[in-house]
Amino acid sequence: MSELLDIISAKLKTQFGEGLKSAEMLYDFPVFVVDKKNIVNVLMLLKDDPELEFTFLTTLCGLHFPDNKGEEFGIMYQLHNMKNNWRIRIKTFMPDGDMDMPTVTHLWPTANWMERQEYDFFGFNFINHPDLKRILNMDEMNYFPMRKEYPLEDAGRDDKSDKMFGR
Amino acid sequence: MSIDIKPEFKPEGIEGAGFFATSLDKVVGLARANSLWPLPFATSCCGIEFMATMASHYDLARFGSERLSFSPRQADLLMVMGTISKKMGPILRQVYEQMAEPKWVLSMGACASSGGIFDTYSVLQGIDRIIPVDVYIPGCPPRPEQVLDGILKIQELTRSESIRRRDTPEYKEKLAAYGIE
Repeated sequence: MSELLDIISAKLKTQFGEGLKSAEMLYDFPVFVVDKKNIVNVLMLLKDDPELEFTFLTTLCGLHFPDNKGEEFGIMYQLHNMKNNWRIRIKTFMPDGDMDMPTVTHLWPTANWMERQEYDFFGFNFINHPDLKRILNMDEMNYFPMRKEYPLEDAGRDDKSDKMFGR
Repeated sequence: MSIDIKPEFKPEGIEGAGFFATSLDKVVGLARANSLWPLPFATSCCGIEFMATMASHYDLARFGSERLSFSPRQADLLMVMGTISKKMGPILRQVYEQMAEPKWVLSMGACASSGGIFDTYSVLQGIDRIIPVDVYIPGCPPRPEQVLDGILKIQELTRSESIRRRDTPEYKEKLAAYGIE
């Protein structure tokens, strides 16, 4: 799979130059980190290039690393070339407070619900998404629960107070 | 060898040759207790345990509850069995509101009663936060014997309550506390 890493990083390098921030093998998986402003063009190239043909978006997920200053939030796209059975990951990072992301629903319709989920759990604002609203959590929820700034446990629970455990 | 047999419940009354007189309350209570129509609101593994309770080995039909009602309007007993997420909460409440009086609620298992192991942002920490509950069954999941015991506890309630339970001030106060008309 490392030949694949070389092929793709060469293509991305000629097309985007500094837009490609890093390319490395994580175990047996080629992983590329790209600039946020190039993300749609990168994905379009990977999908439409006749040699690459990553026509399937396997999954897309949000990332939150509160300790990485300036790159707290990120999105990971996992792509699949079904012809050659190639799989790669594309990552992009953004600072806290700048949660705007271009949508990829025009490339892969399957991204519709995936992006809604990442909006639901992390609060990414996907620009031009056809119907950006919560998908799994209740509509009344007023926070984004997968951000690492919230406690996992339900605040309303009262049978786990210290009193019950004699503390 | 002594066998511990519990005779069928018989209300207080005046008995004679060929007749038995008691109050209407008690007769209606007796009828209700032995023909409860449960509405199974089964969302997870407690529902599987309930299926075992309904099947031939444990046979809930022995207690007059074999007729499950999948319409809330005809049901007497709402059996909530399983994890109720916060998103499911309003649906459960609507089902409860659609049930006609008299109605009882049985909360089966740790999840329905307290949220159980799912102490997390998306799970309702006990259904008694949105609807009143008559009987709780502990366990994760409870054995079918415990479910039968819970049904028997509901039967005791139905026998001992007045016909017009909904007119009592305690009942009205309870429902008002949940914001249910």
